[in-house]
Amino acid sequence: MKRAIAALPVLIVLVFGAFFLWGLNPDRDPNAIPSVLISQPAPEFDLPAVEGVGVPGLSRDNLFGNSDPVVVNVFASWCVPCRAEHAVLTRMVERDGVRLFGINYKDKPEDARGWLEKLGNPYERIGSDLNGRAGIEWGISGVPETFIVAGDGTVLYRYVGPVVGAEAEEKFATALAQARTRNGANS
Amino acid sequence: MFPEIGQFALALALGTALVQSVLPMLGASRGNVLWMRCARSSSIAQLVFIGIAFAALMQAFVVSDFTVANVVENSHSLKPMLYKIAGTWGSHEGSLLLWVLILAAFGAGVALFGSNIPDALKARTLSVQAWISTGFLSFLLLTSNPFERVFPPPLDGNDLNPLLQDVGLAMHPPLLYFGYVGFSIVFSFAVAALIEGRIDAAWARWVRPWTLAAWMSLTAGIALGSWWAYYELGWGGWWFWDPVENVSFMPWLLGTALLHSAIVTEKRDAFKSWTILLAILTFSLSLLGTFIVRSGLLTSVHAFAVDPERGLYILGLLGISIGGSLTLYAWRAPAMEGGGLFAPVSREAGLLINNLLLATATGTVLFGTLYPLFMEALTGDKVSVGPPFFNATFIPMMLPLVVVMGIGPFLSWKRADLKGVFQRLRFIALLAGLAALATWYVARGGPALAYLSVAITVWLLFATLREWAVRIRLFDVPLAETIRRARNLPRAAHGMTLAHAGLAVAMFGFIGSSAWKSEEIVFVQPGSVIEIAGFDVRFDGVERVRGPNYIADRGTLAVSREGEFVTTLYPERRSYPVAQSTTTESAIRSTLAGDLYASLAEPASETAADTGAWTLRILYEPLVNLIWIGSTMLILGGGMSLSDRRLRVGVPRRASRSGPVATPAE
Amino acid sequence: MKWKTLAVAVMLAALPFAAGAVEPDEILDDPALEARAREISKDLRCVVCQNQDIDSSNAGVARDLRLLVRERLVAGDTDAEVIEYVRARYGDYVLLKPPFKPETYALWLAPALLVLFGVGTVIVVLRSSRKRQVAERLSEEDERLVAEILAAEKEGRS
Repeated sequence: MKRAIAALPVLIVLVFGAFFLWGLNPDRDPNAIPSVLISQPAPEFDLPAVEGVGVPGLSRDNLFGNSDPVVVNVFASWCVPCRAEHAVLTRMVERDGVRLFGINYKDKPEDARGWLEKLGNPYERIGSDLNGRAGIEWGISGVPETFIVAGDGTVLYRYVGPVVGAEAEEKFATALAQARTRNGANS
Repeated sequence: MFPEIGQFALALALGTALVQSVLPMLGASRGNVLWMRCARSSSIAQLVFIGIAFAALMQAFVVSDFTVANVVENSHSLKPMLYKIAGTWGSHEGSLLLWVLILAAFGAGVALFGSNIPDALKARTLSVQAWISTGFLSFLLLTSNPFERVFPPPLDGNDLNPLLQDVGLAMHPPLLYFGYVGFSIVFSFAVAALIEGRIDAAWARWVRPWTLAAWMSLTAGIALGSWWAYYELGWGGWWFWDPVENVSFMPWLLGTALLHSAIVTEKRDAFKSWTILLAILTFSLSLLGTFIVRSGLLTSVHAFAVDPERGLYILGLLGISIGGSLTLYAWRAPAMEGGGLFAPVSREAGLLINNLLLATATGTVLFGTLYPLFMEALTGDKVSVGPPFFNATFIPMMLPLVVVMGIGPFLSWKRADLKGVFQRLRFIALLAGLAALATWYVARGGPALAYLSVAITVWLLFATLREWAVRIRLFDVPLAETIRRARNLPRAAHGMTLAHAGLAVAMFGFIGSSAWKSEEIVFVQPGSVIEIAGFDVRFDGVERVRGPNYIADRGTLAVSREGEFVTTLYPERRSYPVAQSTTTESAIRSTLAGDLYASLAEPASETAADTGAWTLRILYEPLVNLIWIGSTMLILGGGMSLSDRRLRVGVPRRASRSGPVATPAE
Repeated sequence: MKWKTLAVAVMLAALPFAAGAVEPDEILDDPALEARAREISKDLRCVVCQNQDIDSSNAGVARDLRLLVRERLVAGDTDAEVIEYVRARYGDYVLLKPPFKPETYALWLAPALLVLFGVGTVIVVLRSSRKRQVAERLSEEDERLVAEILAAEKEGRS
């Protein structure tokens, strides 16, 4: 009994140590937050168009009944990484025929307009989320964030931060490919 | 030139530590006095070498030597001299150098002043200390060289994070580390005792001054850190249960338990294996703190730039030192016979409850801090464990502890008369109840827990004073006799009274500033008047002022009370162009009754910004200064206990050995 | 490399730490509702910060959430409903006070279990010390008897 009690501290420490070792895994990002939306239907939101951009606004209904998975990208003109990501998204739309929807997060319409005029507009629809409420519905923590939504409106994937660089683009492309096969199997 | 000398000195220190790890240990087991005695000179040599290295790094900071990478990253030529010096320990590398410096200082301290400790125990202790030293010096040299050069050198540095450019925070790490690392020597003593296979009252007495010194520093470090958070972060909080705060708090809690359990070991020869375990675990928690802060394992606002490779190295060190010492403990501790017997109501039992609650509280904080990691590893889910959890679990454990604290000193060793104690304390219990009622009469509102806490705190304060009064027979005998008794009372007894009263005082501060804090957040334009806690605060506008390495917007607030001018407050918002960040410098009018606390922010909403308004936060924090006054009393109480004659001269020697004659250890 | 950039991000994220949080224009006119809002805000974590509640964070998302909390309160939600509303969108991660459910039983029960374990250990230790006391007293009286038994055993063996 006495021996068992005396051995207890070292055993506890070993268990703790194992957790620490796991925690040091360089692929683990202690700041990443999992999304609760995954495998859930897209959240409730209804956003008007950004004035003068020439594409319609975005609401929950637009995410249901699509034949293919769509990509929903949360962006803003004031967001520096979004600029780099813009090129990647444009390429996806032009080369891979991805359907891209945008949520313009807390952005002045004139700024967004100028930004899109300069860089081009790859978005099929853009909702203007002036007060960031739709952002909360989507559970975003910052800009940019990108979601893949299945044709039946189910959120399949979330990418936090800009989809820029070989590693990130690879990851995103894989997720998109998986979404497409899932969609194929469903329909 | 100097950086190379520093690096060379570090290498020499590592060499010395390696020799010290082996030779005295072997000497102690073979009875070779010469080998044992070499620990003395090598401990001092280590301190000198690391001191040289530290001086070399400080020199690089003082002259802004931008050929040294560490200086570039953490300093700037325009930075005030105090913060250039403080920059020495502002980075991961520099603070680690400070860490090993203090480690060596404690080793050298025992080597120089521990002349009453038997040679073998001292040799083993210093060898164990050298093991820790070897681990951390090699870590410093292999992964975190503070003397790395850059070529070509940049014209100027990147500046130290402006939040850290502050007097309180400049002194915070040295004090905190002195406490943290000070427990290393207690750990070494414990491991040495386990290797020797014996521990007795004398051992507890030898260890006590070092435990006290480390505990005092840690108290000071934590208090200073919370004071800094209070006035610098701009919203008047002093404790956030952040993981990094928790890891400094846990060694304090367990160190406090150790201080008390060591008393039982010293006086009654009991709790021996428990005291040893506490000695090991207290330092283990310090090491855990070092690991968590530097590995990026948990998210925290205070973390250093993180690097998993370093984390892995420290984890290895942790595994060897903690795992090794606890394995030794599992092997040796069961053989330790418990000493003096005691009844369920006795001083021993009181201290047992103290230890039980402190250890449980430490366990709870540890578990809560690490729980997100456990969950993430086991289920992949992320959870947050924040202040609401810690408040809900920690406070219910501390309140009974405080109740027992009031009773404990009245209890006699072995067997106590609880009825007699209660008779003595009846009046104080009544007083505590009345105090809670009086508080309710004045404050009207606030949580019920606050009133309970007030009662318990009053109980602690007056029970402590009563115990002291009984000892010196205050008012029972002529004053001259009382003074004579007070003089004859051991300093340790005065120290206990002061420290326990200090905790009560600090608790008044905790309660007052959390339960009855008032707050006003308003947009202000010149001429606006805000009423808070009986004060009228008039905002007189903002002007731009220039500091050495920052530009500030300084607000002027005229404070008056019932039409009479009280003071002028100047809260600032500083922006540091080099570090590209801003800080709020709050302005505080401090009195014992409470702090009037003002901080200025730029309004986030555009409508307010267009009208040229500022966001002003004014807080009234009742009794908040008692937190730091109480902390100071805790430290002074520790100091008084440290100066007790018992710890200086006439310290008992083991009968079977012929150690050197005891000399004062000052 | 990835870690270095992360470290920079961590530092940057830590910096806004030093500023006011709740803005005057957020504050509700009804002091009772506002007080509830403040309490709720203290239990919700700012998702982009490093371990801060939304009440003390000046990050944009934290402000949005503070506004949301107040909006829900004005709409008549109870405290629990407001917290649930946010949790449904951001997950358990935003709750600084983890909910009591199977995943957190260990967390919430740990303090009580630790106390019980401590008390249990103390009782065991005290019992054994009393036993020792008894044993010590016995050995004085029955030393002779023990010696006899031992002697008898020795004889029996040889």
